[in-house]
Amino acid sequence: MQTHQYDVVIVGAGGAGMRAALESGQRVRTAVLTKLYPTRSHTGAAQGGMCAALANVEEDNWEWHTFDTVKGGDFLVDQDAAEVMAKEAIDAVLDLEKMGLPFNRTPDGLIDQRRFGGHTRKHGEAAVRRSCFAADRTGHMILQTLYQQCLKRDVEFFNEFYVLDLLFTEVDGVKRTAGVVAYELATGEIHVFRAKAVIFATGGAGKVYKTTSNAHTLTGDGMAIAYRRGLPLEDMEFFQFHPTGLAGLGILLSEAARGEGAILRNSEGERFMERYAPTLKDLAPRDVVARAMANEVREGRGSGPNKDYVLLDLTHLEPAHIDAKLPDITEFARTYLGVEPYTEPVPVFPTAHYAMGGMPTTIDAEVLADNTHVLPGLYAAGEVACVSVHGANRLGTNSLLDINVFGRRAGLAAAAFAEKAPLVELPDAPADATVALLEEMRDRADGERVAVLRRELQETMDANAQVFRSEATLKQALSDVHALQARYANVSVQDKGRRFNTDLLEAVELGFLLDLAEVIVVGALERKESRGGHFREDYQNRDDVNYMRHTMAYRSSADDGAGVRLDFKPVVVTRYQPMERKF
Amino acid sequence: MTAVAEAPVAGAVPSFQVTLRLRRFNPENDTEPRWEEHTVTMHGTDRVLDALHKIKWEIDGSLTFRRSCAHGICGSDAMRINGRNRLACKTLLKDLPLDKPVTIEPIKGLAVLKDLVVDMDPFFEAYKSIMPFLVTSGNDPSRERRQSPEERARYDDTTKCIMCAACTTSCPVYWSDGQYFGPQAIVGAHRFIFDSRDEGAEERLEILNDRDGVWRCRTTFNCTDACPRGIEVTKAIQEVKRALLFRRV
Repeated sequence: MQTHQYDVVIVGAGGAGMRAALESGQRVRTAVLTKLYPTRSHTGAAQGGMCAALANVEEDNWEWHTFDTVKGGDFLVDQDAAEVMAKEAIDAVLDLEKMGLPFNRTPDGLIDQRRFGGHTRKHGEAAVRRSCFAADRTGHMILQTLYQQCLKRDVEFFNEFYVLDLLFTEVDGVKRTAGVVAYELATGEIHVFRAKAVIFATGGAGKVYKTTSNAHTLTGDGMAIAYRRGLPLEDMEFFQFHPTGLAGLGILLSEAARGEGAILRNSEGERFMERYAPTLKDLAPRDVVARAMANEVREGRGSGPNKDYVLLDLTHLEPAHIDAKLPDITEFARTYLGVEPYTEPVPVFPTAHYAMGGMPTTIDAEVLADNTHVLPGLYAAGEVACVSVHGANRLGTNSLLDINVFGRRAGLAAAAFAEKAPLVELPDAPADATVALLEEMRDRADGERVAVLRRELQETMDANAQVFRSEATLKQALSDVHALQARYANVSVQDKGRRFNTDLLEAVELGFLLDLAEVIVVGALERKESRGGHFREDYQNRDDVNYMRHTMAYRSSADDGAGVRLDFKPVVVTRYQPMERKF
Repeated sequence: MTAVAEAPVAGAVPSFQVTLRLRRFNPENDTEPRWEEHTVTMHGTDRVLDALHKIKWEIDGSLTFRRSCAHGICGSDAMRINGRNRLACKTLLKDLPLDKPVTIEPIKGLAVLKDLVVDMDPFFEAYKSIMPFLVTSGNDPSRERRQSPEERARYDDTTKCIMCAACTTSCPVYWSDGQYFGPQAIVGAHRFIFDSRDEGAEERLEILNDRDGVWRCRTTFNCTDACPRGIEVTKAIQEVKRALLFRRV
């Protein structure tokens, strides 16, 4: 076992982690730990853009952006946080441009902007051009640009270091962050990183579901580690299903396609979104579009031999326009489905895309240990966190914005904390829990395969906790998850080695996924209303009287019955009172 | 109930058998790399990565390879497939000749750590050495730097790079010469040299003018063939060479 010492340790090297590192690394001794290489992070898969009210191509302002974010999030957004994000969006985009990001340009040489779902002018009057973009690889360019800046500033990376535990030490009766424990993939060695402050930027948990746009590596590690260490997870029942995943595969086709004019059609060729969202049509927020698509299929108007998808029609767009603005996603359709988008509509269906919930934080990215108290020295930013700027449904482009605005804030806040705070002692035997977790799994004799359980988990979540939910389906999911948790105690791995044991890590990741699936389903069962991405067939309306509140899920200790304990936190309302959500 | 079944979609072909011939090496047990064959049943739209997962998840959990996004954007799973560098997640099985085994080996020129996993550090070090970041002087403007669509288009191709190393590890010069930067680092330099906002071209060109720089390129076009992003790698290298000659004349 090796021990390292830093002021700030950042876990995760996607957009949020590297944006934080650019701030923290200039001020205090900073290390960035990633289970991949930085450029492999899933920020790179984001396509359509990053919204900011630059008003480069038409009138716009940050207040409209705030309103759209709040309304898009079905009024579960903390409005103070949304305002911070929309205001700081402008500098966040300009900062990236100054770092070298190759944004598409207007004829005048300004950053070009395009339409995106739920982003409007004058509080919903019509779609507005707010998304700043680099073709349909905006996330790729953000990831590359941030990585380049990290290289320029000699940020210290520990690549393929898999963080498995978070360490706390009680000082004068207050629990404080002491560091993290990491597993070095190449050697199997355990490393303890002592730090004054830790930033979690570990991303999402899409692999809870079978049909997902998420990478294989998005297994909710940070969320699950925090949850196991007694910290709450906020609003986990809100999972976004992106409308346009490649049918059967889940690979993302950006909303930018619709921003550039593509249209969703059912088997009758009808532009069905006109019925569901008369004003914004195909550019309504994602929850609305995903539900409409699933409903078309359910009512028998799906396309294909099994009538189980709808069609994304780009055939009326000029091929040159498609090539200039949407080159990657059209190539995905060609490569993976053998469909030529110039001439054929593309089969699409909703795909699990984004966790609106996560570790609750303040607007300075400080992690909350309960409804009101921050845990000194712990920060979170990006998809792992819940500020909450996305509420019950995130607007397209607001995730790339979130990672830049709150990644920066996390880096600044953690560095400022570390400049003043003393290093706290490590707890006794800091790596014991991690070593036990790994060795028990490695040593276990023949048992069930990880892949079998993972597949069953993903199938029940797709079947029972996806776009449409009800008490019956959620109870089924919960009982399936509980059964899988019991079976998980007996899974075994075949690779017993030390070096690059990805078999072992997949087993650990499955444990994380099972914990998070339980939290998602328990939260969804308790929330007897429909709001944003959470739609209950048995409670189809939003219920502001009883449910305009955040869910705070804690892992209950063995004494008070195993499982999830729920608490609730009020929503921060500043400018906008809840209103009926029409698009 | 709303899940998409694994139903045939456009372009699908029926299930088929595929044999993978895998280059295996576990430094904890093996003194030499060895070959291993597995035959699995796969489906219409499955990719090489799906077959590798099937083997890992159902037959031999110790088979080790890197992967993440599984749709050609993260650059983790470059490998030699039937002798050519490809991304496993972007290579559909049905597009390969399946009457004989599909050969899978690690990319060449980097040390093999285990099975298909190679040491990527020299590759990333080469990238870092060419100053892969925007270089400017003076105070930053308050708004964005202006750049016309034409200026933006000039370096568009090389911004697509996902750093998978398929190009670099397909280059015969890279295999035989431990010092050559390799195509990817030159692509990374090209992306900034031809960016109208950048002021670091001179310094970067000087680095590339080194004896281990662009002049090592023998224009075999392997890199261009290997690039899963369709970047015209050899052309980018030629443009850098021309820039060097032009500025030196």
